[in-house]
Amino acid sequence: MAGNSRFNLGSKTPFRTATLWLIWGWLLIFTLLPNILVIAVSFLTRDSSAFISLPVSIDSYIRIIDPLYFEVFVHSLWMAGITTVICLLLGYPFAWLISKAKVRWQPLLMMLLILPFWTNSLVRTYALKLLFANNGLINKTLLAIGVIDAPIDILYTQGAVIAGLTYLLFPFMVLPLYAVFTDLRNDMLLASQDLGASKTQTFWHVVLPLTTPGIISGVLLVLLPAMGMFYVADILGGSRNLLVGNIIKNQFLDARDWPFGAAASVLLTLAMAVLLLAYRASSRRIGKTDFNEVA
Amino acid sequence: MNDSPTNTHRTSATTSADKVLLQLAGLKKVYDQTEVLTDISLDIKHGEFLTLLGPSGCGKTTLLRLIAGFEQPTAGAIFLDGVQMAGLPADKRPVNTVFQQYALFPHMTVAQNVAYGLKLKKVPKAEIQTRVREMLEMVKLEHLANRKPQDLSGGQQQRVAIARAVINRPKLLLLDEPLSALDYKLRLQMQSELKRLQRELGITFVFVTHDQEEALSMSDRIAVMKDGRFQQIGTPIEIYETPANLFTAKFIGETNLFKAEVKGVYPDQPDRDGRVTNGRIEVEVCEAQAQDGPTTLRNLRRPDFANDVQVGDIVNLLLRPEDLRIYDPNDKEHGGLLGRVIESNYKGSTLDSIIELANGHIIKASEFFDEDDPSFDYKLNEAVKVSWVDGWEWVLSEDHLAEQKAPEQNEAGQNVLAQNKIAQKDGS
Repeated sequence: MAGNSRFNLGSKTPFRTATLWLIWGWLLIFTLLPNILVIAVSFLTRDSSAFISLPVSIDSYIRIIDPLYFEVFVHSLWMAGITTVICLLLGYPFAWLISKAKVRWQPLLMMLLILPFWTNSLVRTYALKLLFANNGLINKTLLAIGVIDAPIDILYTQGAVIAGLTYLLFPFMVLPLYAVFTDLRNDMLLASQDLGASKTQTFWHVVLPLTTPGIISGVLLVLLPAMGMFYVADILGGSRNLLVGNIIKNQFLDARDWPFGAAASVLLTLAMAVLLLAYRASSRRIGKTDFNEVA
Repeated sequence: MNDSPTNTHRTSATTSADKVLLQLAGLKKVYDQTEVLTDISLDIKHGEFLTLLGPSGCGKTTLLRLIAGFEQPTAGAIFLDGVQMAGLPADKRPVNTVFQQYALFPHMTVAQNVAYGLKLKKVPKAEIQTRVREMLEMVKLEHLANRKPQDLSGGQQQRVAIARAVINRPKLLLLDEPLSALDYKLRLQMQSELKRLQRELGITFVFVTHDQEEALSMSDRIAVMKDGRFQQIGTPIEIYETPANLFTAKFIGETNLFKAEVKGVYPDQPDRDGRVTNGRIEVEVCEAQAQDGPTTLRNLRRPDFANDVQVGDIVNLLLRPEDLRIYDPNDKEHGGLLGRVIESNYKGSTLDSIIELANGHIIKASEFFDEDDPSFDYKLNEAVKVSWVDGWEWVLSEDHLAEQKAPEQNEAGQNVLAQNKIAQKDGS
């Protein structure tokens, strides 16, 4: 933590102590405590006046399996999953091409990828709404060139939500993939070829296993946010295309059922934990010990 | 160096199978209009250990990549056992490579790494297992079969890389500076291990290095490269004792160079058996000489290049530090060049001295210890005479000198630069 040589003033200096206290204090108050509260709340009972009350129960978790909600969970996972697959299929060759570009061009290309972040994602989602609307740019263009006779429904469909999520989350897939591709040594590929592997065989036996940590961390950074980005579903999805994030938001703000909202959050956190473990395992496999890239 | 250096020596290593395995014919490689390899022609015999030696940027690694099939030549042919290889990709050539950084697959165990080539060739599982075990025994790593390469030491990784390549029974094994990442002691150990493996397997090795010592101690033949061309191809002894030009002379080993003026030319004459012998020349070294010795003239075999050498021409005499003899200045039996000792380094088996000649030239002498004279050493600034036995020098013409620019900086780095410094000062 204080490994930077400029600040490495020995173990007991007041500066170091203060820094450590600040970091630990921050993590305890703003990370650990809220999570404990969420987990605690998820095991309590709903109360109309005080939001939560005793007794302790697992009713909230049982309600998740309730067909009404379970369907939303599955549909949410489905949309997030499709988003992740599209991001991966586009992002994998994309990241590979950037890593193969001339070294002096690479910072510029990465810059272009990150540039949209300078605009708030809510604003960009509204911009998508303008594109997708019945009298939006896409329909107008298609009508003008005569591909269609009447406007097609794009907005408020599952497709619009997936398109919006893909657009917003694509860079998060490319960044970790770019990192593993730049680490991929060319002599590994040559060695594989030298030992008799075709390009396809080299891809399956060498490139894919060596880039798996990047794939998992990309999935991690796309799948979970995709399930939580409720405003994308709100703006582009209409009432039928809800995400887990919408349920959580609704339970806290509209239905006033905090224990159920908390239980849904815990579920998302658990999914994150499973993916983190998978990332760790795949990194170990290729001999990396640095797990901090994602976190 | 007990013999006349003009007698070339052939090692016996190539006598068993003199059949040509790899034939390079007029290879040329151009990148972005820069010619990195020019007119590379070479025959490599079955079972030979051939080393490509040269400074970095000389094209030796490019040549290796052409043979491996990672790149294709701009012009020329590569025949392996009579089959044209140029145009074939690496995975279609019966040739395997040991990479400089080993390039072991980190997601596979040692055994899986070694099995990779066989797995791709769809060899039956049982056979793969047996061959992998045999191979790992051969490189003494059977106990580490289930470890990951990154958990192994550098020397062990090196042996996995060799096993992974050799298990495919290639006709030719290419080694791209495989020892450069190892420390000095391990490097020496791996040198002899590589030689042992090559003997046991009977596979032809093409070895790339910039380390001249490594090249001399391991190779059957060495091809010295500079600027994309072969400078000389020959056995280590030929390369060391009879360098074809000044670049080779300076790149391989340490060199002292003396200019000498031709004082007499004696034509070819039939000897007692009626064979025509090479003529002789008489030269005088252009340095301050002791006048109390027997003679300042040296009578040498006329070198091949000097068919039209004239009295008054200048030639270069090349002498290795171990060829020089150092005498007491009062020794009347021997002539020699006058100088003084400016540095003397005890090296265990030898005493290496740096001597400044009367006109400021710096030369290096390396003498074996005399068991009978334990006090054998020089005082700083001690006056000495430097000489050698006639016939131990190697003669290079002035033209050879003019062709060769001063050697560039290279990765062999300080070592070569230090060696060349002496020769350059001396030759200038």
